[in-house]
Amino acid sequence: MDRASTRQQATMPVEFRLNGKTVVGRPDETIIETAKRHGVEIPHLCYAPGLRPDGNCRACVVEIKGERALAPSCCRYPKEGMEVTSDSARARLSQKMVLELLLADMPEKHYRKDSELDAWARKLEVGLPRFASRHQPRADLSHPAIAVNLDACIQCTRCLRACREEQVNDVIGYAWRGEHAKIVFDFDDPMGASTCVACGECVQACPTGALMPARDAGLQQIDKTVDSVCPFCGVGCLLTYHVKDNVIRFVTGKDGPSNHGRLCVKGRYGFDYAHHPHRLTKPLIRKPGVAKSADLRVDPGNWRDVFREASWEEALDLAAQGLRRVRERDKAALAGFGSAKGSNEEAYLFQKLVRTGFGTNNVDHCTRLCHASSVAALLEGIGSGAVSNQVNDVAHSEVIFLIGANPTSNHPVAATWLKNAARRGAKLIVADPRRTDLARHATHFLQFHPDTDVALLNAMIHAIIDEGLVNEAFIRDRTSGYDALAENAKDFPPEKMAPICGIPADTIRQVARLYASSRASIILWGMGISQHVHGTDNARCLIALTLMTGQVGRPGTGLHPLRGQNNVQGASDSGLIPMMYPDYQRVATPEAKARFERFWGAELDPKPGLTVVEIMNAAYDGKIRGMYIMGENPAMSDPDLEHARAAMAKLEHLVVQDIFLTETACLADVVLPATAWPEKDGTVTNTDRMVQLGRKALEAPGEAQPDLWIIQELARRLGLEWRYAGPRDVWDEMRGCMDSIRGITWERLERDSSVTYPCENEGDPGQPVVFQTHFPTATGRGKFVPADLIRAAERPDKDFPMVLITGRQLEHWHTGAMTRRSGVLDAIEPEPVVSMHPLDLAALKARPGEVVTVESRRGRISLYARADEGTPRGAVFIPFAFQEAAANLLTNPVLDPFGKIPEFKYCAVRVTRGGARPADPGYGKGRSLALTSARA
Amino acid sequence: MLRIVKKARGTPKGRGVEPQALQEVRALLGTAPRRRDLLIEHLHRLQDRFGHLSAARLAALAQEMRLSMTEVFEVATFYHHFDVVKEGEAAPPALTVRVCDSIACELAGAQALLRRLPAILGKEVRVVAAPCVGRCEAAPCAVVHQNPVGNATVEKVRAAVQAKKLGCAEPAYLDYVAYRKAGGYRLIADCLAGKRSRDEITQAMEDSGLRGLGGAGFPAGRKWRIVAAEPAPRLMAVNIDEGEPGTFKDRWYLERDPHRFLEGMLVAAWCAGVGEIYIYLRDEYAGCRAVLERELAKLRKNPPCALPPIHLRRGAGAYICGEESAMIESIEGKRGMPRLRPPYVAQVGLFGYPTLEHNMETVYWVREIVQRGADWFASHGRHGRKGLRSFSVSGRVKKPGVHLAPAGITVRELIDEYCGGMQEGHEFYAYLPGGASGGILPASKGDVPLDFDTLQPHGCFIGSAAVVILSQRDKAAAAAKNLMRFFKDESCGQCTPCRVGTAKALDLMQHKSWNQPLLEELSQAMMDASICGLGQAAPNPVQCVMKYFPHEVQ
Repeated sequence: MDRASTRQQATMPVEFRLNGKTVVGRPDETIIETAKRHGVEIPHLCYAPGLRPDGNCRACVVEIKGERALAPSCCRYPKEGMEVTSDSARARLSQKMVLELLLADMPEKHYRKDSELDAWARKLEVGLPRFASRHQPRADLSHPAIAVNLDACIQCTRCLRACREEQVNDVIGYAWRGEHAKIVFDFDDPMGASTCVACGECVQACPTGALMPARDAGLQQIDKTVDSVCPFCGVGCLLTYHVKDNVIRFVTGKDGPSNHGRLCVKGRYGFDYAHHPHRLTKPLIRKPGVAKSADLRVDPGNWRDVFREASWEEALDLAAQGLRRVRERDKAALAGFGSAKGSNEEAYLFQKLVRTGFGTNNVDHCTRLCHASSVAALLEGIGSGAVSNQVNDVAHSEVIFLIGANPTSNHPVAATWLKNAARRGAKLIVADPRRTDLARHATHFLQFHPDTDVALLNAMIHAIIDEGLVNEAFIRDRTSGYDALAENAKDFPPEKMAPICGIPADTIRQVARLYASSRASIILWGMGISQHVHGTDNARCLIALTLMTGQVGRPGTGLHPLRGQNNVQGASDSGLIPMMYPDYQRVATPEAKARFERFWGAELDPKPGLTVVEIMNAAYDGKIRGMYIMGENPAMSDPDLEHARAAMAKLEHLVVQDIFLTETACLADVVLPATAWPEKDGTVTNTDRMVQLGRKALEAPGEAQPDLWIIQELARRLGLEWRYAGPRDVWDEMRGCMDSIRGITWERLERDSSVTYPCENEGDPGQPVVFQTHFPTATGRGKFVPADLIRAAERPDKDFPMVLITGRQLEHWHTGAMTRRSGVLDAIEPEPVVSMHPLDLAALKARPGEVVTVESRRGRISLYARADEGTPRGAVFIPFAFQEAAANLLTNPVLDPFGKIPEFKYCAVRVTRGGARPADPGYGKGRSLALTSARA
Repeated sequence: MLRIVKKARGTPKGRGVEPQALQEVRALLGTAPRRRDLLIEHLHRLQDRFGHLSAARLAALAQEMRLSMTEVFEVATFYHHFDVVKEGEAAPPALTVRVCDSIACELAGAQALLRRLPAILGKEVRVVAAPCVGRCEAAPCAVVHQNPVGNATVEKVRAAVQAKKLGCAEPAYLDYVAYRKAGGYRLIADCLAGKRSRDEITQAMEDSGLRGLGGAGFPAGRKWRIVAAEPAPRLMAVNIDEGEPGTFKDRWYLERDPHRFLEGMLVAAWCAGVGEIYIYLRDEYAGCRAVLERELAKLRKNPPCALPPIHLRRGAGAYICGEESAMIESIEGKRGMPRLRPPYVAQVGLFGYPTLEHNMETVYWVREIVQRGADWFASHGRHGRKGLRSFSVSGRVKKPGVHLAPAGITVRELIDEYCGGMQEGHEFYAYLPGGASGGILPASKGDVPLDFDTLQPHGCFIGSAAVVILSQRDKAAAAAKNLMRFFKDESCGQCTPCRVGTAKALDLMQHKSWNQPLLEELSQAMMDASICGLGQAAPNPVQCVMKYFPHEVQ
């Protein structure tokens, strides 16, 4: 007989005796698991599926014939012929004694309704404990999201394993010893003062309620649970809402393909924005004579000076009337911004409305502000803007190269897969001007100078060629244009680039070598790459690295631009971009235009439309006169806000559809109240190309309506006879014009919740790894595009000596409209801060927490200083979520020539000590939690 | 009331790293590697230098070693010899006096010392109770910083404090030159020169019947063969975490003939195909550490043959680290929490590699057995038993100390022939045959041969051969309480039966009349369901008291 492989051996059946019966287990399945499959219940507490078994509680001990002591069934694997007894008097005595010992130390108060300890004690008929209780620790209620009641702790360390082995946040420890052994945060600090990032994985893991959602949310009797998908970042975690009285009381992670039950602080605690009193509940119409201006401030809690309430009929009529008026004069004077926060169906209908109702291609959304340059480079180089491999494919990587991304803040659950891989032994190379949390997990951390991406990456390309590590067969068979790349690379030896990018030549060579020569290397990147005038060049270099080494088309390899918004992938796929119809069919291609004219039965504008910033410029210049903005907030997210706001103020007619009166909505003529994500059905597509189904869990407040309904009502008033009964009808239509999703039926989405595309035929499993044999280009080959050194448009000088980098915080999403109205998130980050190196701060003679003023050629804001060693000297970092200190008042609206993405990651500023305290925007500032508490 | 944060934080979440603390830590560590397994070593450097571990320096150390703060904190708080001082807390006094209050010292009056010393030494000196410091032959013992004051009295301790005698006195021992002159290291040199075969020496171990002398008694030769059969790389870990109350034989030999141990270690490593050796020495043995550091340096400087890398690691005050897998965890720089087995350390041990784990004394005998022959060792013994045992005898005998005696000797013979009989005014009442874990037997069982396997029928075991003699002035129940308190204090806290069980058992034992059925039930669960020997053996004294001394607890 042939020798069986290890994997085969691991699954070969093992026959053993369990409580007198013969059962069949597997060598890789613990006794407790086999027992469960055979209907034999063994009590257990520290064991939980998904966590490494630890065997510490000893509730699951069983008798194994021939062994001196009992064995923990959660950690033991069966052997052929083993005789195991879980229900003998001897085993039961210990099982029950363990439960009794733990019960003796439980408090009288219960923190959850279904303590696993109580449940097992009931099942095994453990009576009142006969031992005196321990001295009980005090409660720790310092954290806004999580209540810590260690009097209910049984030291099972499930929380610790969740925190350290699953999420790898490394906050929870097990300190001291013996009866004093205690679950601690950092140095036994109050949880709220610790480095805890509130992912809540510990709460989800705790069997007794020692860690629970704050304010007794866990004790509530829940009306219903609804499975859905997280509304925040592109990771697309599946989750379950727990609803009572039309309020989401708490959220748990669901075993989705991208998250496997994990969530982050936003996904777990950032849902109560939907219940905020600022929700728009009736259509609003601007009062006659109230002027629009860039510096207009409207308190979203008190808008009556500016707007009046109206009926839907009146508001929709007025909204459509204004758009029609402009259309009659000049179709090209209309534009629409859709949203990457909406569903695929909404994105699709929105762009269809603009293209067939407005008669223009002036439709875009925030993809322009995040990965437009990456997509431009990807389409040019390999014919597809989507990721080649899914994030948790890093489990198969030997080398992970992460550049210009801070996933622990922006894609927290994706970051956990990277950290898991690093723990497993994968080489993690992190390159970023800021030292972020992942740097601690990296084998190589390259803190290169801002704006020198191409220098660093071209030096790596040079090193790979120089050291003969290129994959010649791959270059020959699957690429074109390599000679030009090689020629270009000659000018970029690491030794010459080292002083430019600040990374020693040896290090550059070392990581280049690692990347090129590993069995499987993957590149992931974020907006540190894309948001530059040379963003497309940056991405071209990454693509070149991949193609020249053949690190693509296999598990653990490839290119992964980490998508920001929950549906930025799907919105782009659905055609919410000015130069492409759904599925990236180019407007400028006559065949594509003809195809969609047939499909939609309408004449289409042959000219590609304007992009986000171009539309703003055109509005400023009076060329765009009417706009429809759905769920976007350009008055916060665009560069050079003063200019963008002035542009919108100049519009003749602005219709804004949103759930809050955003900074953009304040400039509207008509405001249409829409539904929040938990209030509607629809699909979203995550960064991994997974199409996932969001399900309605709540009734919308007041007269707020689903976006899909609003789009259709406007469409009807613009002369389109649409009859979509719901998202399913729209989805079915999309399948008719988008090959990539043609095989994904609504029934399958309802059944599986998540399906990966490409999925061209019904029943296809979907392709997690693409480009295995060819690239979707005309020739099937990938194309090298060399990049030169182009520096940022505005570099520091005498007057503005520092660099401004903008970005996001873990707690705050995009422009803050949702998250600053979420109690927990607002409590953790209540006010605007600018992160600076402590020495730069000291040079200003300013203390941490003090107000400083940051000024660029375009604007000035005052906000609180945060001393952060991770910020490089000479740079400041400001999240753009804070209206009262909007970072984008400072940013430079200059664009990358290919992706048309603004240079959010670099402009010149000066920082001075002092300034006015940031104003009150009417929300946030730590107030939201009180509202949440009141609701509880 | 909810604490609602309304202000922006001036720093990222959690405790930041203070530049000054980071500078101090960097200066102190110098060029030392920042590897995780050196965490305890680095904590020692900080504790030695500053007298305590401040939160600021721990945070700096975490950053410097690229560990999370909690990983550093949980390790620092696990070990008795580290004093973690958080912001706003007072640092301990510069000088600490540790008064051993384990069984032998308690019999000799440790509690009185603990009561009286604080007032006499004043606020500048911290007086703390300590678990067995391994000097039971000179009980009671108080350790002034690192200076063990044997047969301690208040006056002797005060004198040491006043004279600032804080270091351990140098023992007179056979040093490297003297050892070599007497034929030392010829065996290992012969081995490496091909004059001896691995099989021949391993066979000698097997024939001699030498068993692990740390307590478990696993046959030494067989262990070598098991490890040698595992794939390389293989490691060796030598256990000198001699913490079992009543045991001091390892120290005894180290203080006299350290190279005999080192040579035995090298021979064992060679036979088992080990490429790298870790010696784990308990922190209480500061004198032995000085000896080993010095003698290892001499050995490396002028090696008799090619040497594998030898690392000397320092414990930090934790009895549980004498448990083989807990010791391995500690060498890896972690909390000393025993591992679940299988897998056994011979297969998956230190850093995940097959590991030959030996008690120090086991390898100490290797040279002699090889040179004098397996038969020589096996020729000793009484009452049908074979071999020699180093008994650490303490308690109410005239001549406590390490007595090398034939295996199988009875306690009465041991007292009479080796220990000069009972102390004046004391009559033999009871004895602990194997330290804290081995149970308590009455004088009526004084004729049971002392060896592996002979005591099990009586609910006891010999373990590390630490024999503590009680007299009619002592109570077995009081001794059992002392032992249970020791186990409770030294439980690592990992598994329920031990962590909670020892505390609840001690609680029940505080009553004059014990709830014997409940203690019996609890003992059963602790013995059956605890992860390691500590929890499994902790009920032995309780059960012995209920079985042999019921009159004391009714």
